[in-house]
Amino acid sequence: MRLGDEEQAMLAGAFGEPRRWAIGHQIAVGEFFDAADLVPVSQAHIMADTESLGEAGVSFLEHLASAPEAERRVQVPTLTDPRGLDVAVYKRLGQSEAMRSLEARAIAALQAFGVLMTDTCINYQTIMPPVRGEHLAMGDTGVVIYSNSVFGARSNFEGGPSALAAGLTGRTPRYGYHLDECRRPTRRFRLQARPRDLSEWGALGGIIGQECGSYWEVPLIEGVEEIPGSDALKHFGAALASYGSVALFHMPGVTAETERGRPARVAPRIGRAEIEAFVASHGATGDKVDVVVFAAPQLSLLEMAAVADALAGRQVHPQTTLLVATSPEIKHAADRMGLTRRIEDAGAIVAAGICFYQSYAGELAEANGWKRLVTNSAKLVNIIGGYGYRPTLLSLERCIDSAVAGRVV
Amino acid sequence: MPIVLRCHKGIGPAVRGTALVAADNFSARYDLDRKQGVFSRPTHKLAGESYVGRILVLDQAKGGVATAWMLRDMRERGVVPLALVFNRVNPILAQGAAFAGVALVDRFAGNVTDLIRTGDELCVDPSGGVVEILNRDN
Repeated sequence: MRLGDEEQAMLAGAFGEPRRWAIGHQIAVGEFFDAADLVPVSQAHIMADTESLGEAGVSFLEHLASAPEAERRVQVPTLTDPRGLDVAVYKRLGQSEAMRSLEARAIAALQAFGVLMTDTCINYQTIMPPVRGEHLAMGDTGVVIYSNSVFGARSNFEGGPSALAAGLTGRTPRYGYHLDECRRPTRRFRLQARPRDLSEWGALGGIIGQECGSYWEVPLIEGVEEIPGSDALKHFGAALASYGSVALFHMPGVTAETERGRPARVAPRIGRAEIEAFVASHGATGDKVDVVVFAAPQLSLLEMAAVADALAGRQVHPQTTLLVATSPEIKHAADRMGLTRRIEDAGAIVAAGICFYQSYAGELAEANGWKRLVTNSAKLVNIIGGYGYRPTLLSLERCIDSAVAGRVV
Repeated sequence: MPIVLRCHKGIGPAVRGTALVAADNFSARYDLDRKQGVFSRPTHKLAGESYVGRILVLDQAKGGVATAWMLRDMRERGVVPLALVFNRVNPILAQGAAFAGVALVDRFAGNVTDLIRTGDELCVDPSGGVVEILNRDN
């Protein structure tokens, strides 16, 4: 890789150990992907939940954070993805003091770097939407795919260590979706039915993700005749990234870049039958429901309002837990507007700064005896099976109906 | 003579060990019980299999970003694969291997999940971009 004078000095340790580690890590990754050089980024976003870090990751952060302040401060605004627990609700969810302690250590270390503890995977809706062409180091697949596709920004999937490295150097290796040649569509799909709600937009993302099955595929989705809203694209992108590891899609008339051509190959058609078959593959009508989760991605203010409206005048079944996860910013807004109270008065739990699957989901299942999980998030359905859950995908309204009935309806 | 498979230059140390192969994809968060050291996702082709100390030979990296942290913690707890040999990985697996010091290679001339069989004895040399199958010659 070609390095400038400042980058060479960083690698030689002239700016301290944190930046020496960071650029060394970036060079190893950049050379693996044949990056020509490093590109400046305007923001980094770190996934650093403690279930993923473990003791090893937290100790690593603490070691780097013990450097002198001038050597450890991030060089560009650096945000955090959801955390492992919300101190306001962790006891109600059966999370342990050991988890809280590890979480506190990680937060202290991240703050020592000057990281902004946004604890969100919807920063593009709530903190700072990116702009077209902006190079970023985003650390959540849903954030990356939304930023790349809807806004035309440029980021690869940056795991926690790499996003921290980008914050410390202000750069990232120039490969993948930083390059024009990787942003051309490689697959075509034709939509023949409009998804009816967020769960079906997620299902559509899941279907296309399964077809693509690679980070390096860029689907072009034709036939979208009505403009989907931000939450629909959020669920679509999150599921596409989860099922397919896809980081960029194009949707003519909707997304930012539609001048990048069209693959010649005949497009698979996706209609109502395909969407309903995807949803039905997780069906479990009549089963007892242990937990209903609205998360993955965290809920927007409009989704919070929709949950509150759907719960109006009803109570969650005593044998079922209903958990709603949103960002700290949206939680504050929901508190102020009375949405949190309306949701919790119905017996649900509203958590801020977590996103369920990043919150020790396996331990939560053990502590609470949870097996059957109902959600409107296709992304969560895809992830949570590995933690021992049996997931079912339903619309928001049917999720609420199931939470009230205590069984899948 | 061992069978020599050439690939892109990889990450991590040269290692020698036994292959565990499947035409399936991989994410540490989605697919593994990282306490027991087994594949836990019921629909994964290696469900129930121990991955500890094995050279995982799989198709693609999938899903989210968590693997970038998880490989290092898995290594320190002694529940990590010996090496990762894939057809094509995403940035997360490369970042995780670099952070953890776990051997990783990808981009072979053919489908590596067909070329290598479960139980094969392999020598993986990331810096040379070579994987050798030591126990057979065809």
